[in-house]
Amino acid sequence: MNIRRNNSSASGSGYTHVAIGLHWLIAFAIVGSFSLGLYMHELPLSPQKLKLYSWHKWAGVTIFVFVLLRLGWRLLHRPPELPTDMPAWQRVAAEATHVLLYVLMIAVPLSGWLMSSAKGFQTVWFGVLPLPDLLSKNKELGDTLQQLHMLLNFSMAALVIAHLGAALKHHILDRDEVLTRMIPFLEKRQTNGDVK
Amino acid sequence: MRHCLKYLVLGGAMLALQSNAQAIEFNQVQLAKSSLMFVSKQMNVPVEGQFKSFRSKIAFDPAKPAAARAELEIDMASIDAGSKDANDEVAGKDWFNTKTFPIAKFVSTSIKPLGGDRFEVAGKMSIKGKTRDLTTTVMMRQSGDSATFDGSLTLKRVDYGIGEGMWADFSVVANEVQIKFRLVASATKK
Repeated sequence: MNIRRNNSSASGSGYTHVAIGLHWLIAFAIVGSFSLGLYMHELPLSPQKLKLYSWHKWAGVTIFVFVLLRLGWRLLHRPPELPTDMPAWQRVAAEATHVLLYVLMIAVPLSGWLMSSAKGFQTVWFGVLPLPDLLSKNKELGDTLQQLHMLLNFSMAALVIAHLGAALKHHILDRDEVLTRMIPFLEKRQTNGDVK
Repeated sequence: MRHCLKYLVLGGAMLALQSNAQAIEFNQVQLAKSSLMFVSKQMNVPVEGQFKSFRSKIAFDPAKPAAARAELEIDMASIDAGSKDANDEVAGKDWFNTKTFPIAKFVSTSIKPLGGDRFEVAGKMSIKGKTRDLTTTVMMRQSGDSATFDGSLTLKRVDYGIGEGMWADFSVVANEVQIKFRLVASATKK
């Protein structure tokens, strides 16, 4: 264990601009389409509901594509290390949360796509590109996949809250650079503040 | 004696089939083998549906197609529009108003041979109290003592007031609805 208080990342390099861009793009898209999903599924049937469902599905496919790009980028560009003074359990927790978040970023849109197929509503990306239906119409399977889609989403919401809490804890309590390396302008503002 | 007669008639029918296929008329519609499907487009997503209950009367003599007649009566409440929500919705006043108009009807007015196995069927389609002229091309396949009539056509929702009010927005549910039908009729000797 490293006892020395050291706030700099071991690698000394931060995230690439692309990694930061993809993180925030996907983050806002997930929050948006999660909220949309929560809102739309209770609506009575209307043209508006059909529109919202389509937009939600388009968003899901788009997020899926960006997550694949992000994973590819991550494989080619190693993310910076965690601060060296983090306790082992926190490292494990951070690693596990990140792995699970990636798993869910893939699993959530996949479950939505399969659920749509099982319910007999094909996904046509932006109303232009039809995705194949891997499952044929089956009401019971559709209902099961709906439960799964919901469960995966609420798991993701819980993990996102943990992720957010941990980031704030690093920033406010540990005062390390874990949050600022994902929000570069925050670092600058703080530096300016320190100068005053 | 009765049996003998029956076999004689049957044998005669079979002979007639082999030697002169035109001496028969397809007029017993077999509903179990027939189907009435439709495909609507919702946000450009094709969604399949069908009517599960309908009755049809056909009288089709391949030798005299111009004299043929076809009638179809559809129980609108038997619709499967793809989901329970949709089924409840389309029974309502904006869509089929099933309570007031429980039955849709097609009656042929003319049938013209187009050569080969194809026929042009024109007729009057009545849905939700509105009657419109309609023409479709039907493909007939004969096998033994039964004939299969396959056809497809495009209906416009606006012609029959199907999906009014907020549903009149064709950018969500398209105006054009694709209909695919298959009617199987067996023959009885004339």
